[in-house]
Amino acid sequence: MMAAVAQPKLDALSERLAGHALPEGGKWATETRKAALARLEAMGLPAPRDEYWRFTRPTTLNAPDPLPAAVFDHGGEAPVFGQIDRLKIVFVDGVFDAEASDPLELAGIEIERLEEAAGADIHWARDLYGVLETSGQSPVERPFAALNTAFAREGLVIRVTGKAARPVNLIYRHGDETSDGLVHHVVRLEPGADLTLLENGPSAARLNQVLEVEVGDGAAFHHVRTQGRDHERQAITHIFARLGRESTFKSFTLTVNGRLTRNECVVEMRGDDALAHIAGAAMGDGARAPFHHDDTVFVTHDALRCESRQVFKKVLRNGAVGVFQGKILVKPGAQKTDGYQKSQSLLLDEDSQFLAKPELEIYADDVACSHGSTSGAIDEEGLFYLRSRGVPEPEATDLLVLAFLADAIAEIEDGAVAEDITGRLEAWLRRRRG
Amino acid sequence: MAGIDDVVIKEGVEEDTVEAVRSLGEKYKYGWETDIEMDYAPKGLTEDIVRLISRKNEEPEWMTDWRLQAYRRWLEMKEPEWAMVDYPEIDFQDQYYYARPKSMETKPQSLDDVDPKLLATYEKLGIPLKEQMILAGVEGADEVPADGANSDRKVAVDAVFDSVSVGTTFKKELEQAGVIFCSISEAIREHPELVKKYLGSVVPQSDNFYATLNSAVFSDGSFVYIPPGVRCPMELSTYFRINAENTGQFERTLIIADKGSFVSYLEGCTAPQRDKAQLHAAVVEIVILEDAEVKYSTVQNWFPGDENGKGGIYNFVTKRADCRGDRAKVMWTQVETGSAVTWKYPSCVLRGDDSQGEFYSIAITNNHQQADTGTKMVHLGKNTKSRIVSKGISAGVAQNTYRGLVSMHPKATNSRNYTQCDSLLIGGTCGAHTVPYIEVKNNSSRVEHEATTSRVDEDQMFYCRSRGMDEEEAVALIVNGFAREVLQALPMEFAMEAQQLVAISLEGSVG
Repeated sequence: MMAAVAQPKLDALSERLAGHALPEGGKWATETRKAALARLEAMGLPAPRDEYWRFTRPTTLNAPDPLPAAVFDHGGEAPVFGQIDRLKIVFVDGVFDAEASDPLELAGIEIERLEEAAGADIHWARDLYGVLETSGQSPVERPFAALNTAFAREGLVIRVTGKAARPVNLIYRHGDETSDGLVHHVVRLEPGADLTLLENGPSAARLNQVLEVEVGDGAAFHHVRTQGRDHERQAITHIFARLGRESTFKSFTLTVNGRLTRNECVVEMRGDDALAHIAGAAMGDGARAPFHHDDTVFVTHDALRCESRQVFKKVLRNGAVGVFQGKILVKPGAQKTDGYQKSQSLLLDEDSQFLAKPELEIYADDVACSHGSTSGAIDEEGLFYLRSRGVPEPEATDLLVLAFLADAIAEIEDGAVAEDITGRLEAWLRRRRG
Repeated sequence: MAGIDDVVIKEGVEEDTVEAVRSLGEKYKYGWETDIEMDYAPKGLTEDIVRLISRKNEEPEWMTDWRLQAYRRWLEMKEPEWAMVDYPEIDFQDQYYYARPKSMETKPQSLDDVDPKLLATYEKLGIPLKEQMILAGVEGADEVPADGANSDRKVAVDAVFDSVSVGTTFKKELEQAGVIFCSISEAIREHPELVKKYLGSVVPQSDNFYATLNSAVFSDGSFVYIPPGVRCPMELSTYFRINAENTGQFERTLIIADKGSFVSYLEGCTAPQRDKAQLHAAVVEIVILEDAEVKYSTVQNWFPGDENGKGGIYNFVTKRADCRGDRAKVMWTQVETGSAVTWKYPSCVLRGDDSQGEFYSIAITNNHQQADTGTKMVHLGKNTKSRIVSKGISAGVAQNTYRGLVSMHPKATNSRNYTQCDSLLIGGTCGAHTVPYIEVKNNSSRVEHEATTSRVDEDQMFYCRSRGMDEEEAVALIVNGFAREVLQALPMEFAMEAQQLVAISLEGSVG
C-alpha cells in the first residue's frame, strides 16, 4: 500500500543527507544501515501537512543544519540524579566520553559501545538494532527514526541478564552551540532481568535519539529521563519497546525548556499480562525562547490481559505550545485489555496552546479502554484558598503547578528518583520566581 | 437461507398475512422498491448533465453558473482517504445523477391524477393519508382538517423521491406564520434573494470533495426560512427516499433562522434493498442569527447492505450550522443505523458571542457496516459553549469510528466544551475507534474530553436474562440504556422510532 511519496518530502531528504555517508567499519550493521536508508528513502522526511505532524512543524528538524543553541548555565547547581548511587556514562554533544564515564562494568549487565557491537561478526544486537524501529514504522511512518538507524555511530548496546546492581545513568552534555547529535541505544532485558535507566541532559543543539528496548518475559525496565534545560535546543527522540509475558515497562520524561521537543514512544505488548506505563511532565515557558513540546505515543496491545497507562501533564505559559498525540491500538484477540490515556494541560496565560489527539482503535470486545483530556487555566478557587491562608500569589501558583504534575511524577517507581525530580522542580520554580 | 418466498403458500392464506410475515423475516423493513416509470438523465457526469439538471429545475442562469463552477473545481479534487472506511472505488461515471418519476413531469391536479404507485409508496413508508394527499401535490388538501391524533402535533413534510421533491405539506399554515418551507428548487425560483445570500455561505461550494460534487449536481432538497421572532408553529420534516437503481441522491438543505426565531427540523431517509451500492452525498447548511435556535434531528436508515456486506448506501454527508449571531443556538441529534458506509460530521461554527452548539449521536453498525462520524465544534466567539455526546455501537464485523474536533480560537475566551464519547462492542470481530482532535488556543476556556470503550456488561445481561428476556431483547434494552442521553434529546416520535431501530439494527448480533 505504498503510496507515491510527495516530491517535496524526497527533496527535503536529499538536502538533509547531502554530504553524509553511512558509517563505515560495521559488519552485520552495514546491511542493517543500508536497509534503514532504503526505508528512509521510501518515505522522505515529514512535510508540514502530514497528519502525524499536524501539530508540530518538522521544518527545523528537516533542515540540513541545526539552529544554533546557546549552552545553558546551570550556575553551579547539583547535577540531576547526583544523589543516587549509579553507573555514570557520559556523552558530550552526542559523542561517548570515556574519560568522564565510569568503566562500563556492572554486575548483572553487559555494556558495549555501538561501534564495537557493529564491528563484531556475530552479535545479539543484530536481532534488535533497527528491528523494533522497523516494526514501529507501521501503521505510521517515523522517518527520523529510520534516519537514526542508518546514520547513528554513537550509542550503547546493553544486555541485562539479571538484576542490575545499580541504575545506569546516561549523562548528556551540551558543549558546542551547533552540534547535531545522533545517538542510538539498544537494550535487551533477558527473562527476569531488571534495569533502571536514567538519562539526563540536553546532549546537543539538535538531538536525534533512538532507544530500542526488548523486555523479556518477567523482566522489568524502569526509565526516567530529564531532557536538559537549554532553552534553544531541539530534540526528536524515539523509544521503541517490545514487551514479553508478565514484563514491566515504565518510562517517565521530564521536559523543561527547549525550542522543540518531540518524544515518540512506541510500545508493542506482545506477551500476555504485561504492563506499560508511559508518563511525562512538561513545564514550558515561551518567554526566553519558544517552547514547543510534543508527546506522541503509540501503544499496541497484541496479547491478553495487558495493562497500559499514558499520563501526560503540561504546564504552559508565555506562548508555550503543548502537544499530545496518543494512541491505543487493541488488535483482534487482545482480550481483557486495560488501557487508559490521560492528557492534561494547565495554561497559565492567554497565549499558550494545547493541541491534542487522544486516539483509540479497538478490535476486541472484552476490553476497558478510555481516555480523558482536559485543558484550562489554574483553579481560581485553589488559588484563592492559598492566598487567603497568606501564601503570596506566585508561590500559590507554583504549589498548584506541582500538585497538577504530581500524577505524572507518581508514575516513577523509584522513590528516591521521584523525590529528586520533585525537589528539582520546586527549586527551578523558586529560581524562576527570583 | 430459506425465505418465505420459497414456500408454496396454501390457499386461503391472506396476502396481507404473508406480507406481514415476510416483513418480520426481513431485517431491513424499507427494502422494497416502487416499480414506477422514471425519467433519467443519461448516465455519467459532464458539464451537460450539470446544465440539464439546472434546466430540469428551471433555474436562473446564476444558479447554472454556480453549479458549473463547482463542477470544474470538483474535477480537480481528490476523494478524501483519511476516514476509517474501506470501500471499492466509486465509478462516478456509472451513476445516474437525475431521476424523477415520469408522472411528476406535470404537477397532478387531483388525487385521481396521481400515480397510485407513488401514493402507495408513501403509505407503505407510514406517512399518514392526510399528508399523503398533499405529498402527491393535490392542491387544496391543506383545507382538510387534520385527524384527531395529528390535530395538536403537526409535522410539515417535504418528501424527496430520488431527484425531485414530490410535495410539501402544511404550506399555507406555515405561510401564515411567515415561514417559508419548500423544495430548494422552488426556493431558487421564488426566493432567489435569500438563496443567493445564504447558499454556500456555510458550506462553501468547494468545501470538500463530496460537498463540491453536491454543489454541482444537487437535484432537490428542502429550504426553510423562519422570519425574525417567529417560533415555527410545527415541526418541519424532510423525508428522503432513494428508489431508482444506480442513481445517486444529492439533496441540498438550506435552513435560515432569522433573529429570535425557533424551528425544530426532522430528517428521515430510506432506500430499497439492492445488491449494488448506491451513492448519497448531501449538504445541509444552517444559518442561525441572533437569539435564534435550530434543532435538527436525523434518523438515518438508508439500506445498510445485507449481512454479507452486499449493497447498501454510501452516505457522504456534509452538515454544518453557523451560529452567526450572538446567543444563537443549534442542536444536532442523529441516529445513524443505516448505510453501508457513513462519512458524516455535523458541525457547529460558534461565531456569535454566547452562542451554543450541541451534538448528540448514536451510531450503530452491524454486519459489514462502516461508520466514520462525529462533529466539529469551532469556537470563535466569546463565552461560547458546546457539548458532544456520542455513543457508538459496533457488532458483527462492523467498524465504528468517532472523529471530532473541538477548537478554541484565541478570541473565544471563557468558552466551554464537554465531550463524551462512549463505544460499545458486541462480539469480538468488530471495531470501535475514537479519533478526537482538541485544539485550545486560549487559557480562559475549559475543554474536557472523556472516552470509553467497553463491552455489554455481563451482570446486566445476566440480570435481564434471569428476568426471562432472550439475549437479543436484553442486548437491545442495554444498548437503549447506553444510548439514553441521546435518545432523550430526540423529538418524541423520533425517539420511539429510534428505539425500535436500535433493536432491529442489532438483530443477529448475538448468539
